[in-house]
Amino acid sequence: MPHFAISSQPLDTPALRAAMNDVRAGGFVCFEGWVRDSNDGRRVLRLGYEAFVPLAEKEGMRILGEAMSNYPIFDIRCVHRIGTLELGDLAVWVGVSSQHRGAAFDACRYVIDEVKSRVPIWKKEHYVDGDSGWINCHILPA
Amino acid sequence: MTRTVTVQYFALLREQARRTEEQIATAAGTPAALYAELRVRHGFTLPERALKVAVNDEFAPWDHALHEGDRVVFIPPVAGG
Repeated sequence: MPHFAISSQPLDTPALRAAMNDVRAGGFVCFEGWVRDSNDGRRVLRLGYEAFVPLAEKEGMRILGEAMSNYPIFDIRCVHRIGTLELGDLAVWVGVSSQHRGAAFDACRYVIDEVKSRVPIWKKEHYVDGDSGWINCHILPA
Repeated sequence: MTRTVTVQYFALLREQARRTEEQIATAAGTPAALYAELRVRHGFTLPERALKVAVNDEFAPWDHALHEGDRVVFIPPVAGG
């Protein structure tokens, strides 16, 4: 069953994967988004994520539903962390099972791209130099 | 005619408003009018065109008619992943 969740706790990736075991499936594709130590040339110390949870979970489920409709896959799930994350921490996990690998790769890419552009989740970067900023929230030119 | 709505703030808007939510008695009949009012009150830097809006936990158009008791969230540019 497709499932999208927002989690304030670290993700248990072996359990997430095991819950998708399916003998019909010949392929399983997983994407993990990790906290890295730089962005746009600035050295990053840690990230803070927050979400508007009720709408994030609704929009996330809509994206998974689109993937189920548009690709021949058996199941697709996504969990996104909120809270303070340190370098190397897992921020987002997507798992897809399908009969053959092609559809699983395509559906996984679709879901992570749509989640990044549509789900109300925000990321604040804290830099080594002490500064911080919300990503994509600088004032846009008219 | 005024109505009382609850506005929840997230991310940059939460920091600029210095609160996570507030109840507002307003003459604004739409999210667009409400954001214009709140932008002056709190000094929000983001223009309306950079945002989306949700009413009662669902995306809504900027000219959506606001009713007594509605819960409104202005959604800054998202950055998951």
